Amino acid sequence: MKSERIKTDILIIGGGTAGCYTAVTAAENSDKQILICEKAHIKRSGCLAAGVNALNAYITEGRTPQDYVDYCVKDAHGIAREDLLLTMSQRLNAVTERLDREGLVILKDEQGKYVARGNRNIKINGENIKPLLAGMAQRHPNVRVLNRVNITDIDVTGNRINGAFGIGIDDGTFYIIEASAVLIATGGAAGLYKPNNPGFSRHKMWYCPFNTGAGYAMGIRHGAEMTTFEMRFIALRCKDTIAPTGTLAQGVGAKQINALGEVYEHKYGLTTSERVYGTTAENSAGRGPCFLRTEGISEQQEQSLLKAYLNMAPSQTLKWLESGELPGKSNVEIEGTEPYIVGGHTASGFWVDTDRATTIQGLYAAGDVAGGAPQKYVTGALAEGEIAAQAMLRYLDGNKPAGISEESAVRHLSEAERFLDGSDSPYSAEQLEEAMQTVMDSYAGGIKTNYRFSEKSLGIAEKRIIQLEGLSDSLRAKDPQELMYIYELRERLTVCKTVIAHLRARKETRWAGFAGNTDHPERDDEHWNVFVNSRFENGRTEIILRSVSKG
Amino acid sequence: MSIEINSQKCVGCGKCRDVCPGTLIALGRDGKAFIRYPRDCWGCTSCLKECPVYAISFFLGADIGGMGGRLHTEKEGDILKWMIERPDGSVTVTEVDTRESNKY
Repeated sequence: MKSERIKTDILIIGGGTAGCYTAVTAAENSDKQILICEKAHIKRSGCLAAGVNALNAYITEGRTPQDYVDYCVKDAHGIAREDLLLTMSQRLNAVTERLDREGLVILKDEQGKYVARGNRNIKINGENIKPLLAGMAQRHPNVRVLNRVNITDIDVTGNRINGAFGIGIDDGTFYIIEASAVLIATGGAAGLYKPNNPGFSRHKMWYCPFNTGAGYAMGIRHGAEMTTFEMRFIALRCKDTIAPTGTLAQGVGAKQINALGEVYEHKYGLTTSERVYGTTAENSAGRGPCFLRTEGISEQQEQSLLKAYLNMAPSQTLKWLESGELPGKSNVEIEGTEPYIVGGHTASGFWVDTDRATTIQGLYAAGDVAGGAPQKYVTGALAEGEIAAQAMLRYLDGNKPAGISEESAVRHLSEAERFLDGSDSPYSAEQLEEAMQTVMDSYAGGIKTNYRFSEKSLGIAEKRIIQLEGLSDSLRAKDPQELMYIYELRERLTVCKTVIAHLRARKETRWAGFAGNTDHPERDDEHWNVFVNSRFENGRTEIILRSVSKG
Repeated sequence: MSIEINSQKCVGCGKCRDVCPGTLIALGRDGKAFIRYPRDCWGCTSCLKECPVYAISFFLGADIGGMGGRLHTEKEGDILKWMIERPDGSVTVTEVDTRESNKY
C-alpha cells in the first residue's frame, strides 16, 4: 500500500450534516486549512441522502429555546443535558434562516413567515438539502474534501489528539493525517441488531445503514468518556418500507389503531418511546397488526402524501402506487424497527462540554455522534457543527499539531496490510455481521424479544460478541472496499460491547418502548435519575454514574 | 429493494458511482455502471437523480412487498418527474415542483 502524509489545521471526519456545516463555519471565520474526509461522496452521503420533508427542531412563534429544552428532557424521561440542549436550541432558528438564504425551500405564509407543523416543526422541500450543504462547504478555497477515504482510527497520545488514519477505498492509499483539532461527525450506528427484513432488503432501514458507529468506536478505543448507550432509538415506521410515520400522524392526523380498529395511542402515551411501546404491547396482546388510520383522507391529502414521501422515502410512494392500496383506501401498517444508537434522537454518544469538546483534548464531536442532547435532528446537528467550529478555532490559537509518530503510522499500516495479505479465511465480514446481529437480536433486546433483555441474556451477548471480535482478526479482504467492511464490522462490535455494558449498568426500565430490563422492569427515579457513562480502560468498560443536575 | 442499471442506456459517466452514499456502484470492464452490492442499497434514489440518461430504476424487493413495479425519475427544469411503471405497462407520473414545499 502506498502512503500519503497530510497536514491540516482542522480535520473533519465525516462529511454529513454536522461535518459540512462545521467546515462552512470554520471557513467563513478563518483562513485555517480544513480537511473533510468522507468515505462516500459529500454530495449525498449520510442521513440526508434521500432528503427530508420537515425541519423537526425549530423554535416556532411564541415558543422559546427553553421550551424546546423542556420538551427534549421530558421526552428522554429526564436523561438529557439541559446545558447542551439550550446552547443548541438558541441557534436552531439562525441556522434555519441561513439554509433559507442558501436556497432551501421552506413553506411560508402570506406574510413570509414559516408555516409550522405542530409546535416545533416547519415544512420544507428537503430533497436537495444535502447537495445544498455540500455545495456550501465546497465553495471555500480553504476547505479540501477527500471523498472515498474511510478513516479507520484516530491518533491520540497523552489524551491529546494528533490526527487520524484513513484508507482510500478506490486505490487503497494509506493516509496519515496530522491535525491540530479534529471533529468527529461520523453519525450514529446502524446494523448492530438484526433488521426488520434481514434478507434481500436488509438495508431498507430507518437509519443510514452506512453509519456504522465508526466515531463511537474510535472514541471508545482511545478512552473517551461516552454517555447513555443504553438509551437506544427504535423508530415507529410504515411496515416493509420503513418510511416515516410522523408525516401521516402530524400531516393528516392519522391515529394509531390496532387490528380491532381501536385507537390505542392514548392508552400508552405519546412520547416517541411510548408510541413504540404501545404498538409492541398491542401486538403481544394479540391485537395486532397495528396501523395508522388513513382511510377516508381526501384525494387532495392523498396526492400531497404521495409527493411528500417522494421527497424523503420514495419506496413508500412506489409501494402505494404499485399495489394500488392508496392511503385513502387502506390504513398503513406500522411496526417498530430494530434498535439504533443515535445521538441525534436519543442521548447516546461522546460526553461533551458546551463547546462540544470531548474528554480527549483537541477532539470535538457534533451531530449524531455527540451525546447528551437528544432530538437534535438536522438543525440541531447544524447548530452543534457551528458551536464546534467556533470552539476549534479558539483551540487552534494556543495549540499546534503534535504530529503522528512513525511507530503509530507503521502499526496502523501493518494492520491494514495484514487484512489484505491474500490468504484465505473461512469467514467473511458479511457472515460475522449477520452473526453479530443475531446475537444482539436474541440476547441484547432486539425485535425478537420485544426489545427486552435480562442480566443473564446480556452475559451471553457479551461472551458471543467477544468471540466474534476474536474471529474478526482472521478476516481477509480482496480489495480496499472489502477492507472497509472489515473495519466497519469491528467498529460495530466495539459499539455492541459498550451497549451491552450500559444496558447491564442501568438497573431499571426507563424507556419502556426502547428497552425492557426484565430483572428490573420498573422505572426507579430514586437511584437511576443519573447518566450512565463509560470509559474503556485497560481492556475493560468502566461505568461512571453522573448526576443529571450537574450536567 | 435495490436498483437496476440499464446497460443499453448507460453512457459510463460514473456519476451514479460517485454519488452512492454506500459506494455500492462500480464501473465494469465494458465501462458501464453496475451495482456491485445490490442487497446493500438503502433506497435513497440519489443515483436515479444523478443519471443524465435516466438509465437507473428502483424497485422494492419481494421480501418487502415488491410487485414488479419500477420507479425512475426525469428532471425538466425545476420539475422532478417521478415515474412508476407497473408490470402491466401502465405508468403513473407524479410531478414535484422542487420550488414548492411539502404540505405535510
